[in-house]
Amino acid sequence: MSKLLVSTTVNGDPQQFLCDPDTSLLDALREEMDLTGSKEGCGSGDCGACTVVLDGKMVCSCLVLAPEAEGRQVSTIEGVAEGNQLHPIQRQFLEHGALQCGFCTPGFIVASKALLDHNPDPSETEVRYWLAGNLCRCTGYDKIVRAVMDAAAELRQDRRTAA
Amino acid sequence: MNAPENKQQFRLVGTRPVRPDGVEKVTGKAIYGPDHVSPGMLQGAVLRSPHPHARIRGIDTKKAEALAGVKAVVTGQDFPQAADKLVAGAESASNLRWVAQKCMAIGKVFYEGQAVAAVAATSHAVAEAALKLIEVDYEVLPHVIAIEDALAEDAPVLHDDVFTQGLAEKPTKPSNASMRFAIERGDAKAAIAGAAASFTGRFTLQPVHQGYIEPHACVAQWNADGQAQIWCSSQGHFAIRAMTAGILQIDIASVRVHPLEIGGGFGGKTTVYLEPVAMLLSRKAGRPVRLTMKRTDIFRSTGPAPGAVIDITLGAAADGTLVGAEIELKYHGGAFPGANEVYSGVGGAVGHYRVPNASIVGWNVLSNIPTMHAYRAPGAPQINFAVESAMDELAARLGIDPIDLRLKNIVHPGEPSASGVPLGAIGYAEALEAAKAHPHWSSPVAPGQGRGVACGAWGNYGGPSTASVKLGEDGSVLVTEGSPDIGGSRASMAIMAAETLGVAYEKVRVTIADTSSIGFSMVTGGSRTTFATGKAVIQATEGVIEQLKDRAARTWGVDVAAVTWEDGTAVHGDQRLTLAQIAAKTGTTGGPISAEAVVDPHDFLPGFGVHICDTEVDRETGHVLVKRYTVVQDVGRAIHADYVEGQMQGGAVQGIGWALNEAYVYDRSGKLDNAGFLDYRMPVASDMPMIDTVMVEVPNPAHPYGVKGVGEVPIVPPLAAVGNAVSRATGIRMHDLPISPDRVYGLLRAAE
Repeated sequence: MSKLLVSTTVNGDPQQFLCDPDTSLLDALREEMDLTGSKEGCGSGDCGACTVVLDGKMVCSCLVLAPEAEGRQVSTIEGVAEGNQLHPIQRQFLEHGALQCGFCTPGFIVASKALLDHNPDPSETEVRYWLAGNLCRCTGYDKIVRAVMDAAAELRQDRRTAA
Repeated sequence: MNAPENKQQFRLVGTRPVRPDGVEKVTGKAIYGPDHVSPGMLQGAVLRSPHPHARIRGIDTKKAEALAGVKAVVTGQDFPQAADKLVAGAESASNLRWVAQKCMAIGKVFYEGQAVAAVAATSHAVAEAALKLIEVDYEVLPHVIAIEDALAEDAPVLHDDVFTQGLAEKPTKPSNASMRFAIERGDAKAAIAGAAASFTGRFTLQPVHQGYIEPHACVAQWNADGQAQIWCSSQGHFAIRAMTAGILQIDIASVRVHPLEIGGGFGGKTTVYLEPVAMLLSRKAGRPVRLTMKRTDIFRSTGPAPGAVIDITLGAAADGTLVGAEIELKYHGGAFPGANEVYSGVGGAVGHYRVPNASIVGWNVLSNIPTMHAYRAPGAPQINFAVESAMDELAARLGIDPIDLRLKNIVHPGEPSASGVPLGAIGYAEALEAAKAHPHWSSPVAPGQGRGVACGAWGNYGGPSTASVKLGEDGSVLVTEGSPDIGGSRASMAIMAAETLGVAYEKVRVTIADTSSIGFSMVTGGSRTTFATGKAVIQATEGVIEQLKDRAARTWGVDVAAVTWEDGTAVHGDQRLTLAQIAAKTGTTGGPISAEAVVDPHDFLPGFGVHICDTEVDRETGHVLVKRYTVVQDVGRAIHADYVEGQMQGGAVQGIGWALNEAYVYDRSGKLDNAGFLDYRMPVASDMPMIDTVMVEVPNPAHPYGVKGVGEVPIVPPLAAVGNAVSRATGIRMHDLPISPDRVYGLLRAAE
């Protein structure tokens, strides 16, 4: 079985990699591109630890075949901060202590950013349902939800200031 | 509620600074168990038994070994002869004979998913393909899963050399009841017979999994000269070292275990499943080998917490005073002896109450499921569900407020504990009073809802820890410890070191060192790390302060006894030398400054929590929704308040999951039917309300900053708090967990 050559864009950078046809996008990110921030918690799309954004849509990268990334835009946790400048969601996670072990955190942050990118003013219920595909076993979600709500408020304020 | 009056005496203790490992963890840079790569690393895969109970007649690995790219295959025959041998390191001693078989079946499989062979190959795909070429000849044996079935006369007996321990006379026949443990005092039967009110009931629970999101994973490299390195995430890399070296019969000093970041453990990562297997593969292949578990493997082959069958009778006088308790608890033990949940189940059953007459008998029952492993307050939530449900019934029968009933019976400082030793500065009454004063308790219960309350304790622990503190030449501070950071403990260590030394939090950096770079430290578990490792860090810091004072005294030519250390500065009269000034001169005053401390403290104190839960029950579907939840806990003293609250919230939600959704479901053939996160339903964000927390601070006088340990208590009361809330919402006592929609629906229809 010969490998496929896939050309894609990851966090704005052009990437090429070789993979078997049945390789998941998650494995390609982790094994071929050394982007280990996306985690595998289940491999079945149930835990959200591998959440990435594919052409603007939030997906579980364990359920996407790597060749499907051909010609598309992939955004991962590694691209959320701009250089050493943390995204407000990342900073709010730290200020709230919204992580304990931190293993689910990349998935939560990518998913939260996807939420706030299209809904800048979500209610608590909207945050909880949007993040219902991301499992956290440590925190009980309280501080995560608060961090996302506060990040949303901060981003709204930033936008008002910019306007 | 969260501000104790005496907090202002500390600069840093009780504050909420950003954790030192925070940025790495929110940017995806942190390296967890499955992330580590060694040069030339092979990929491993494990073949697991499809049968819950079978004799292995033979394993043919020839075809797998012949596959291009396969570098090594191992089976149980590659394991050294595993005899009974106890090793310390985890929360209790482990018998390597059984630990070895949790890594690889040796002659017989005892549960579905037990490893029978493993392969290392140049790629994961080749390794998986090789597994399909391994032929295992099984003689399938009758299996047994449920506790009562395993105790039946005609049950298949798992081990012909396991006899019930703890009986007055050694039994003549082997048994699945591997252990009996009992506490007897007074005459429980007579006391209950004469009680004004009593409640008798049977409560059942199913096994549940710790549910950490990070799969078990490791890379092992065992060289031709006998020296080895392991990179893995665990709750204690010294325990990984001890068990791996013990099983493989090599020197402790020849195995260097590097702790990677750990993605959750909750007790479940205090043992080995993969490391000895990866080591054997590496030795055969001559290259490093990675092994990673799939989620389905984690459910099928790593330690769940015991299911239970509990019969309980509690009796009380008319004023609510408990007069007697008669309890028999049977806990799942899993495939092999050694699970110790029965001890804490029996010891902690009514340990938070004064009960003059008690007969509490516990049994550890083996069956064809994975061997039980520690899960947050191991053994306590199960028995607490029964005891606190019974207390709720007594409160209703006697017409006494449920919190008042508990206040009436709670133990107080100075009274004897379960072990007979007088209780120290416990805050049980303070926590109950705080719960009673909380607006949640006094708010009206919404129509269609029910409110439950329950309380529970956990003993906490001390245990050995090593830490060192070193001074940088510029006066910055390096703390090195051996306790994996599972929920912010680096921040707590930095706070305690900085508080003691009198420097800024940001001046202290914390490293969790590998087994060859710092002395032995017991696992992060038992709610011991902030307490015991914290003591080691504080002691080492004090050692550094002594040296700093000595250098200042020498510089000034005065007696060191006349030098004091105040706010990061050596002081003698009106002479002052800052930490940075002394550090800059170490080259001429005697060399670098560092100190190490080794502790093994036993002056830990138990924690205690009170949980209040409001639930709404959908009478059409049986679905239970948690509407409001409050956790009140004596935390000793919070070092980093965010991560103390986080423990309270996370533990509560795990307990709510246990109460409402989570359970191992086995089919008739003895296979786990829900070995994935879709069907093993842990709480998600949309299931939960905010979890309100109240930190009651009754400091432990034996710790410089009053630490008691906070991690485990919060999973103890939720099962009964939820059960009591649903019982009050429906008018039907909840005896069986999980309180799933189908069960509630059936109970509601039956009651109509």
